[in-house]
Amino acid sequence: MSQGINSSLIKFVVRLGDNNLILGHRLSEWCSKGPFLEEDIAMSNIALDYIGQARVLYSYAGQLDGGKNEDYYAYERREHEFTNALLCETPNGDFGMTVARQLYYSVFAYALCNALLKSKDETLSGYAGKAVKELAYHVRHASDWTLRLGDGTEESNKRMQHGIDELWMYTHDLFATLESDKELVAAGIIPDVAAMKGEWLEQVKDVIQRATLTMPDVNAWQMEGSRKGRHTENIGYIISELQYVTRAYPGCEW
Amino acid sequence: MENVMELEAQFQAKIDRGEFIEPKDWMPEKYRKTLIRQISQHAHSEIIGMQPEGNWITRAPSLRRKAILLAKIQDEAGHGLYLYSACETMGISREELNHQLHTGAAKYSSIFNYPTLSWADMGAIGWLVDGAAIVNQVSLQRTSYGPYARAMVRICKEESFHQRQGYELLLSLCRGTAEQKAMAQDAMNRWWWPSLMMFGPHDAESAHSAQSMQWKIKRESNDELRQKFIDKTVAQAEFLGLTIPDPDLKWNAERGHYDFGQIDWEEFNNVIRGNGPCNKQRLNHHVKVHEENVWVREAANAYAKKNAKKSETLVA
Repeated sequence: MSQGINSSLIKFVVRLGDNNLILGHRLSEWCSKGPFLEEDIAMSNIALDYIGQARVLYSYAGQLDGGKNEDYYAYERREHEFTNALLCETPNGDFGMTVARQLYYSVFAYALCNALLKSKDETLSGYAGKAVKELAYHVRHASDWTLRLGDGTEESNKRMQHGIDELWMYTHDLFATLESDKELVAAGIIPDVAAMKGEWLEQVKDVIQRATLTMPDVNAWQMEGSRKGRHTENIGYIISELQYVTRAYPGCEW
Repeated sequence: MENVMELEAQFQAKIDRGEFIEPKDWMPEKYRKTLIRQISQHAHSEIIGMQPEGNWITRAPSLRRKAILLAKIQDEAGHGLYLYSACETMGISREELNHQLHTGAAKYSSIFNYPTLSWADMGAIGWLVDGAAIVNQVSLQRTSYGPYARAMVRICKEESFHQRQGYELLLSLCRGTAEQKAMAQDAMNRWWWPSLMMFGPHDAESAHSAQSMQWKIKRESNDELRQKFIDKTVAQAEFLGLTIPDPDLKWNAERGHYDFGQIDWEEFNNVIRGNGPCNKQRLNHHVKVHEENVWVREAANAYAKKNAKKSETLVA
């Protein structure tokens, strides 16, 4: 692999790893706070899937990047070096907000992994093979809950709509690309992520409408910047917790 | 009346033969109540125990440790679920069990009323707290109520994984820097005595013991189980290089057991009465989460009802 394409691939793999770690971190905050026990277990389970996926991706990035280990990416980088989608770092809010985030993210991630199954990079296609099964469950879980909350009671409808509306402004950023992605697309290593938005929109719209909810204004202004490390204020607090022990006791094995 | 006495005699004979009592079998009302009390206390402990461990998920210092901790807490929640189901076989609903927890009518293990103050506490809980629980639960695999005994078999398998990961976590700290080792020793100092208290009061002071032993709900006494735990833990502490915070702890060759110091029963009773560092916090958290999410449960029920109606219409 050429130097250039190697560094482009690292950026892409780290981006995907960051999405998984940061969203997994957020979902893990639900532990012991779920709306009932079965759902508490389901959320920890999903959090664990994302953290597991982050580990696979970080290990691969490390392998491409001179033998760094998975923990380097989680524990040794600064806020601006994380390139997770802004949506992943949004606070959990109430259960409706979390379900909305899961709907937006999992539909996106499922489509991405489905496309990565055909990647010419064997590690990425291998990752996708495992991830796609987990993500299919996440999509079902999020869609089922969107339907239950949207078409449940008046209050749940209001809260679910609120989640859908509040998080809309972060969804375009899921599809952000870098100039460096182009050569990966050309080499058949990754799909054209930006081009996946149309299909995502159709799928999300279908669930939202079946849930008797109103689709947000697709032309409304949306925030971007994550792939360049420009975040919301949330990231600082996430990183503070995530890295607290390793920063307080540098250079230790755990 | 004679009939009841006859049933009780048959019931006891069945237990004496070492057979399991199953949900549809006749059982004395007090046996049922005792089991509901004990199993629900165990279930509530698994659930409340998610809080002190959940406290460190977002701060776990490596991704591997984070994944292990999350998986472990998920297991505990799963144990809570089986145990609630075992309770439900005796004709009490989850809602009622939850209500008993919230009103204080049902208890959970006092160990979870202590705070988790450092990362080393995740190791100490796995090694000592789960270790103490295993000693008790291994014995309960032979308890007389079938669904409870079977739940214990499954739970014990997972608990021994929990204990190993806790021990391994502490081993990393003890082989690490002086600061890491001090963190491990501090955790040992705080969790040792509360772990011994997990076995409950001395046999002579235990309110429920005699009848429970006769019914084989309990198979070994509090003091026997506590001694077993101490005997197997001392060598493990030595291997870690940690000091057990008990100056009276020493091997007694004549008894073939370790002698140990006085447990602070005043502290034990105080924490049971609600005066532990985290009693209020743990219960308030559970109540708050339950109340804040009423709307989610209502929505799920309303949706299920609507769809049941829709499918009825389709069938018609």
